[in-house]
Amino acid sequence: MLTLKGLNTEYPSQKGPPVKAAQDVTFEVPAGKFFTLLGPSGCGKTTTLRSIAGLERPVGGEITVNGLTVFSAEKRIFIPPNQRNFGMVFQSYAIWPHMTVFANAAFPLEVRKNKLSKNEIREKVMRVLSAVALDQYAEREATRLSGGQQQRLALARALVMEPQLLLLDEPLSNLDAKLRDRMRFELKRIQRDLGLTTIYVTHDQGEALALSHEIAVMNEGRIVQIGTPREIYDHPRTKFVADFIGTTNFIDGVALGKDGSSGRWTVRTPIGDLLVHTDQALAADMRVTVSIRPEDVELLEEPAAAANGQNLITGLVDQKVFLGDMVDFQVKVNDYTLLSRAHPSLRTPIGDKIYVRMNPEKCVAIPDLSPARAAA
Amino acid sequence: MSSVQNMSDLPQSAPQPAVKADPKWFVMGGVVSIVAWLALVPLFFLIYQSFRTPGTARKPAIWTLGNYLEAYSSSDTLVLFANSVEFAAGTAILALVIGTALAWMTERTNTPLKPLFYALSIIPLIIPGILFVVSWIFLASPKIGLINLVLQKLFGTEKVYVDIYSMAGMIWVDGLHYAPIAFLLMTAAFRAMDPSLEESAMMSGASMWGIFRRITLKLAFPAVAASFLILFVRSIESFEVPALLGLPVGIQVFTSAIYDAIHSYPSNIGLAAAYAITLLVITMGGIYAQSRITAQGGKYSTVTGKGFRPRTIDLGRWKYLTLAIFIVYALLVVILPFLVLLWSSLQKYYSVPSWEALQNVSLAAYMTIINYPSVGTAVWNSFILSIGSATTVMVLTAVVCWIVLRTKIRGRWVLDQIASVPLVLPGLVMGLAIMVCYLAIGGGIYGSIWILFIAYVTRFLPYGMRYNTTSMVQLHKELEESAAMSGASWLTAFRKVVLPLLKPGLLAGWIYIVIVSVRELSSSILLYSPGTEVVSIVIWEMWQNGQYVELSAFGVMLIATLFVFVMTAQWVGKRFGVKEN
Ligand SMILES: Nc1ncnc2c1ncn2[C@@H]1O[C@H](COP(=O)(O)OP(=O)(O)OP(=O)(O)O)[C@@H](O)[C@H]1O
Ligand SMILES: [Mg+2]
Repeated sequence: MLTLKGLNTEYPSQKGPPVKAAQDVTFEVPAGKFFTLLGPSGCGKTTTLRSIAGLERPVGGEITVNGLTVFSAEKRIFIPPNQRNFGMVFQSYAIWPHMTVFANAAFPLEVRKNKLSKNEIREKVMRVLSAVALDQYAEREATRLSGGQQQRLALARALVMEPQLLLLDEPLSNLDAKLRDRMRFELKRIQRDLGLTTIYVTHDQGEALALSHEIAVMNEGRIVQIGTPREIYDHPRTKFVADFIGTTNFIDGVALGKDGSSGRWTVRTPIGDLLVHTDQALAADMRVTVSIRPEDVELLEEPAAAANGQNLITGLVDQKVFLGDMVDFQVKVNDYTLLSRAHPSLRTPIGDKIYVRMNPEKCVAIPDLSPARAAA
Repeated sequence: MSSVQNMSDLPQSAPQPAVKADPKWFVMGGVVSIVAWLALVPLFFLIYQSFRTPGTARKPAIWTLGNYLEAYSSSDTLVLFANSVEFAAGTAILALVIGTALAWMTERTNTPLKPLFYALSIIPLIIPGILFVVSWIFLASPKIGLINLVLQKLFGTEKVYVDIYSMAGMIWVDGLHYAPIAFLLMTAAFRAMDPSLEESAMMSGASMWGIFRRITLKLAFPAVAASFLILFVRSIESFEVPALLGLPVGIQVFTSAIYDAIHSYPSNIGLAAAYAITLLVITMGGIYAQSRITAQGGKYSTVTGKGFRPRTIDLGRWKYLTLAIFIVYALLVVILPFLVLLWSSLQKYYSVPSWEALQNVSLAAYMTIINYPSVGTAVWNSFILSIGSATTVMVLTAVVCWIVLRTKIRGRWVLDQIASVPLVLPGLVMGLAIMVCYLAIGGGIYGSIWILFIAYVTRFLPYGMRYNTTSMVQLHKELEESAAMSGASWLTAFRKVVLPLLKPGLLAGWIYIVIVSVRELSSSILLYSPGTEVVSIVIWEMWQNGQYVELSAFGVMLIATLFVFVMTAQWVGKRFGVKEN
């Protein structure tokens, strides 16, 4: 449905070279899917989205929608945004303050080339307004809506044009936490009901994991990993991705070799030798970082039976923080502190010995490519 | 100005010892009295005078309604009113159209050479109004105007193509003169508008024209209306254009009528005051309406921090058209007027550019100016007055703003309003009021340079208020409080913490007031006396004497000096970390 190939977008800067805000961005979104661009502030998410919309003109690459090329640097194609028929929700909502709620939502239909009759417009607009539960506010001035209502109006305005593609730029970031949770479900429902291909921009990993079929994690203008929420969360390919999505333990080590019985790699680390998962090519003596999520670090008060292929180690409880629905434990293993998220029923006192079990499937080895460590 | 009122409901800083005399109260009391005196007393005298007959040696002045009767019974007044409104509205519309178009081009399009243009657009603000008018007379008067002469030569006719001595001419010159102000006002308006409002219209499928008509224009409406009113008030107050272009052909507006009433024989100050009060009512109405619109337009101000970025429309080949518009504007407002002054300053007698005239280029006029008796005095007076009044205004208003924004003194907002009163007084009316006031009070102030000083300080109080308010609003109260907590006295805290932090705003305001003081003509013209001339008055006198060549030489020198001053000030500002706001 949507294909980006080698997209490059630059901003001219007053002095010095242009800012390369999006570099070599390539991805594909199948029809009806919810695709998310995720990354820290300034990584080029908005730039990528605006390039798709046609609000920025990339310097290189190609964008195709439904087989139609809307942008190609090589073939010098650029379809202006007002002819692309993409719906877009801006981060600031961009609700026109001089119009009523109805007029805001009706605008895309009124400026259309093939005009609809007044009644048709009315009918369509009221249908979307009721889909976002704003129908009873139709005649109200748009400025007199709450933040969440404005957000829904912006969405209605994007939906009313029956767009080929829905572009959303951090639509939930201006809402308070409770409302954000509710709107998250709303958004997902509407997207699914209408089967709209959606590109969603956010810096909130929770949102991205909850909403998306697929996520592209961006950093410094480039896509660093694309995958389903599970893949991204469970099997990050770089330290950046592991760190940006959720909390994790990083344990530096050296790859030893493939374990004969399980076919997994063994990594020597300060907390002992670990069996790990990896999708990347490792070699013996390679420096790697093992990433394991706190909730995958199981704590046991009794030594577990030596189940086959599990990583088992012992440590001392160093600190613990009660969070209500869970308890965060800091466990000292040799000189290394391992963070673990456990069920509140676990009440091991500080200073006591504790047994740690880690599923190798969850211990992800990431080759360390940073020159500093490789040289060390 | 009213935005200041409810800024601070915070408790006052360090608790004061109850009885001990605090220097704070002396400073504050002094400043409040000075500001109230400056802003209110002359106004009172003006109103008083408008109800008095002229007093002579034989017949003392008495109460009368005669001035108003005289002013309003004559059918001339109707013409006067119509002329004034036509002139002011025409000027405001012309300036607004030009200013809006230019602001849109610089803020929202990819027209080439934008940064250069932005710098260029500020230059007209330093050219004194009277020089601008004179240069346009050189360009477009029916007899000596270059434009006519060139066209006549080109077509071999005697026809007069353009006549600057007409209502249209007046509107043209004043409109061009105020275009930079319109440009600045509208630039601010465009900057305050979230471009994503236009972008979302574009995503909805609207055409360029549709976006402009249905979104941009509608959103800009409050700003446009407010700017129109500001420009209307400014142009109904303008004096140079009606005096130089209107009076010679009998087109009178309120300002020129006031001037005429004073300078007729016997001078009729009561009538002038009655006209002045009428003018005052109009300007007050304008400013009131403007503040209402601005307050209501607040709901349209849609800048949201995040996701806000300036976007420019790619005009494609049309950008050369917009560039051409820039160039034409620069020609009309800066380059042609300056060149024509420069040309005429290099002649012995005023003559049209030609090959023969080019042979006669000389610097004689500049020599004349350097040795001209009143020029030295006038330059010195202007120098002293501009530096003195700019400094006084900035210091006075810093204290006033501090009181308004930082204390809990009851009724402090009244002070803010009082300091803003001069905003509604046209320069000529202010001059008249001050003249009447100090003639009545006596004490030798009238006739000395102090009267000009008082006039400038009063006139520019509102500017000082604006610059100070802007910077003080940004200054966190905690900074001051922490100085108090560290044991600093109020005076020390103000001197060591508040003043240094306000420096950028203070400096910017100071520079601005220096420039407008040097340009000031309409108040000075009623207040100067031999020995207290200022530069604008010397130019005025030279014009009355027909010394065009000397006038031009002086004008060129003055513009060059002001230009160097502004550049230096900006360089100093940048160098010492003063940011523009
Ligand atoms: N108009 C512009 N001119 C110059 N540089 C820009 C412009 N817009 C963005 N940039 C730069 O491009 C880079 C990417 O910006 P972008 O807005 O795409 O980031 P983002 O990922 O959306 O960040 P955020 O989460 O803060 O919105 C940043 O370094 C930014 O400074
Ligand atoms: Mg962004």
